[in-house]
Amino acid sequence: MTARLVAAAVVVALASIPLWMGDPYVLHVLIMAGIFTIAAMSLNLLLGYAGQLSLGHVAFFGVGAYASALFSLGFSVHVLPGMLLSVQPKPVWLAMFAGMLAAGLCGWFIGRIAFKVRGAYFVIVSISFAEVARLVAVNWVELTQGPMALNNIPALSVAGFAFLRKPSVYWLVLGVAIACFILIARLVHSRAGRAMVALAENEALATSVGIDVTRYLVLATVVAATMAGAAGVLYAHYVRIVDPDVFLFIYTVTMAIMVITGGKGTLAGPVVGGVIFGLLPEGLRALAIRPETQWIVYGVLMVLVVYFLPQGIVPALRGLRSRGGS
Amino acid sequence: MLEVRNLSVRFGGLLALDSASFDVREGEVLSLIGPNGAGKTTAFNAVSGYLAAAGGQILFRGSSLGGLRPSSIAALGLVRTFQKTSLFGNRSALENVLIGLHLKAKQTPLAILLGLPYVAREEKTLVDEALQILKFVNLQQRKGELANSLPYGEQRLLEVAIALAAKPKLLLLDEPVSGMNPSETAGFMAKLGEIRALGVTVLLVEHDMKMVMGVSDRVVCLSQGRIIADGSPAAIQRDPEVIKAYLGEKYARAHA
Repeated sequence: MTARLVAAAVVVALASIPLWMGDPYVLHVLIMAGIFTIAAMSLNLLLGYAGQLSLGHVAFFGVGAYASALFSLGFSVHVLPGMLLSVQPKPVWLAMFAGMLAAGLCGWFIGRIAFKVRGAYFVIVSISFAEVARLVAVNWVELTQGPMALNNIPALSVAGFAFLRKPSVYWLVLGVAIACFILIARLVHSRAGRAMVALAENEALATSVGIDVTRYLVLATVVAATMAGAAGVLYAHYVRIVDPDVFLFIYTVTMAIMVITGGKGTLAGPVVGGVIFGLLPEGLRALAIRPETQWIVYGVLMVLVVYFLPQGIVPALRGLRSRGGS
Repeated sequence: MLEVRNLSVRFGGLLALDSASFDVREGEVLSLIGPNGAGKTTAFNAVSGYLAAAGGQILFRGSSLGGLRPSSIAALGLVRTFQKTSLFGNRSALENVLIGLHLKAKQTPLAILLGLPYVAREEKTLVDEALQILKFVNLQQRKGELANSLPYGEQRLLEVAIALAAKPKLLLLDEPVSGMNPSETAGFMAKLGEIRALGVTVLLVEHDMKMVMGVSDRVVCLSQGRIIADGSPAAIQRDPEVIKAYLGEKYARAHA
């Protein structure tokens, strides 16, 4: 019960920020941190629960961003010589679902491929997938405009309400993050979540009690990819420009840092890690530390967290509390 | 219940199991014995779907297990344990058994994501059932402890609890008492009697002869991939082929 109260208090506190924080720059930083926290939560489902490191996780983010941007802008592309496929601009909410669907399909595809590859091989498959996606974005100029980027992406709008101002976008991101959190929590505390954990802990034993591990690995990748796609959709319609850099490896690394420092395999871990390491770079800049030093401080802090709290911040706090209580 | 017909398993040029045939009858405890490397665990792995057979047939309750994945075989009611202690180590004892109840649970991924009320109701009944299974193996006091942190004997009991959660009709135990001290082994033998009373048929691979002779209805002896004897525990103890396999030619003649 106390956990619910704490969660409710955190949500209320987060939701109240735009009411007393007028600085649009701060809101922008919070929105970006929120978007990456959603992606980190989705990565945690794969890394923390199913035990598979998706080092190409940014691919799902990028596919979601590109697909949603393309459907909302409309596109025409030669699928076969002499055959032109044209798609008229679609309403943004519809494009948004197309983006999530596209990312989810990619997740299904990766999950199916991964049916025999685990561990290091899964890492390689996922990295390769992200790299191929980036190369497609760079080179298929007819569809993606290549490095010229997709511009003038419309802002998100639902039933005539456009999310143009920063407070509204902030609340939208917060809402999506809460929805993702609840979905992951439901999954984790269920037969499906236990099957994923079983796959991560001991695959042979899991199959011996009748768990079809492939099925649950696919489920984990589809759900995680759809959520990462949702984060990409929010990004595309908030920043309103998408270029091939959304597929950069560094974004996957950022997500992984959030998950691992916060505590992989815990629900709150990626949120705590996401808030800290999402805000840290900008926070250091606000302290007027020079850019070079800024990243050094970031790196040192990260190493300190990993060194002293190898399980992550959330499990360490939990351990502290249970020790204090007994 | 289980009919193994001319089962052969090959590892490259080595014929690990050479046309082995044996039956497990409903309700009995059948032990598979033999010197190290005789092919006992190989037979186990082939029957439970972890190894592909090079030839032969395995029928479980009348239907062939050929080509089925281990998870599908478990769903039919044939559940195995492992020779080396095999647990979900970083999870509590209760969670270990809950994972074992996978086949029992009916919740679908969609229902879980939608948060349908029956999912929460089912979770409650699953926890109750898991606690009962833990109680059955006398681990109810350990429910919150990590599997890795349990003493060895209790880890082996937890393995059995996980397998029982999968509701086996035929339970394959691979050296369940190896590494246990005599009093733990005696306790396990009593537990095996209770498992049997639940209506579970047991196929046992074991080196501890006191246990084998104490609990088995029948014993099948393997040596170098072949079945050399099949009979009651008393008959197996007198069988010259078995004595030869364990002790060598000289002792077999001395015995005869």
